[in-house]
Amino acid sequence: MYTQGLDAKTEQGAQPSPRLVTEQEAALQGRFQERVDAEEKIEPRDWMPDGYRRTLVRQISQHAHSEIVGMLPEGNWITRAPTLRRKVALLAKVQDEGGHGLYLYSAAETLGVSRDELIGQLLSGKAKYSSIFNYPTPTWADIGAIGWLVDGAAIMNQVPLCRCSYGPYARAMVRICREESFHQRQGYELMLALAQGTAEQKRMAQDALNRWWWPSLMMFGPSDEQSAHSSQNMAWKIKRFSNDELRQRFVDATVPQAEFLGLTIPDPELRLNAETGHYEFGAIDWTEFNEILKGNGPCNRERIEARRKAWDDGAWVREAAVAHAAKRRQRALKKAG
Amino acid sequence: MMDRKDWPLFEIFIRPKNGLSHKHVGSLHAADARMALDNARDVYTRRGEGVSIWAVPAASIAASDPTDKASLFDPADDKVYRHPTFYDIPADVKNI
Repeated sequence: MYTQGLDAKTEQGAQPSPRLVTEQEAALQGRFQERVDAEEKIEPRDWMPDGYRRTLVRQISQHAHSEIVGMLPEGNWITRAPTLRRKVALLAKVQDEGGHGLYLYSAAETLGVSRDELIGQLLSGKAKYSSIFNYPTPTWADIGAIGWLVDGAAIMNQVPLCRCSYGPYARAMVRICREESFHQRQGYELMLALAQGTAEQKRMAQDALNRWWWPSLMMFGPSDEQSAHSSQNMAWKIKRFSNDELRQRFVDATVPQAEFLGLTIPDPELRLNAETGHYEFGAIDWTEFNEILKGNGPCNRERIEARRKAWDDGAWVREAAVAHAAKRRQRALKKAG
Repeated sequence: MMDRKDWPLFEIFIRPKNGLSHKHVGSLHAADARMALDNARDVYTRRGEGVSIWAVPAASIAASDPTDKASLFDPADDKVYRHPTFYDIPADVKNI
């Protein structure tokens, strides 16, 4: 999902290296697990295993980076939205994503990392973000497809995160989910307008679906057999459902929506299994996914460059804000003195 | 990379409507309190979530230590006489 980079087996430093655990630590770990098992939330200053803290920092910060980088493909279309109604909706959605990034950075900071450390990791290319934001948005229909499919997939993953064992993350996710439901609906409405429009508009909608379908399925991360951290994260109740379970739910929910639009899912192997009631779908091209995670997607370089430029161009604003705050403090002191 | 060590952390509290208390909603960094209020308005009240904002420097908050939880809060557990149900009143007595 937005944190799919966590699941890649090749990534380093994800799992704590095995070492001797003291008796006292074992007792603390036991008590911690009991609390998690009892669905008690863990709060910032509570004792937690190093691995739990590390996993959360990585997951929450990857999630935050995804929100921030996710503003770019859509921001591309704000000035070219076809009507004022579409424009205010897109503007509000992109603004929400900036807000979501902030909620998540704040949640990550409660675990003892600084905001600048996290942003530094994104700008240096060390930190991962969701593969989905490395695809281009060449047509207006892409904005519909992103809202419908990308936000749809995100919601599928994020709703269970509202019950995550770590309190600040769970609370941030509650806010995010509440705000995100309009994102998917505006996307679907946009697709509907195109699908019911001229032949050319319908062709645009189909083309966007063709390009976004498989990348959306990849958002759920590697299949369960390939996923490196699923079982520990499940035990810690950071994760509630496996990648494949969530992907299946997404397919089951989305196929009928595509049918309503009169569009075709670009998968010749897709069919409803009448017995299970689930859709069966074709094999995912994981080579493409892995290449994007490695930084070789169509837009990886462009996205990071845009973030670096924004950071560098904003330097004078950050400096001015500090200087202005200092001046105001001085003035207030003089007035008081 | 320029850091923002001069931008302290503020905890943000929002009053959803008059008559209710301010409630903690999250935090943000800002150069000073005024900027914290401006940013909190943009970040935490985009959908009519509140009528009033408090921005409190996180460094000013004194918090109890979670490891003291037992010594602080357990003593209240065995004081059932602090609750109305501890007292036996005959069923015939009304309005009490």
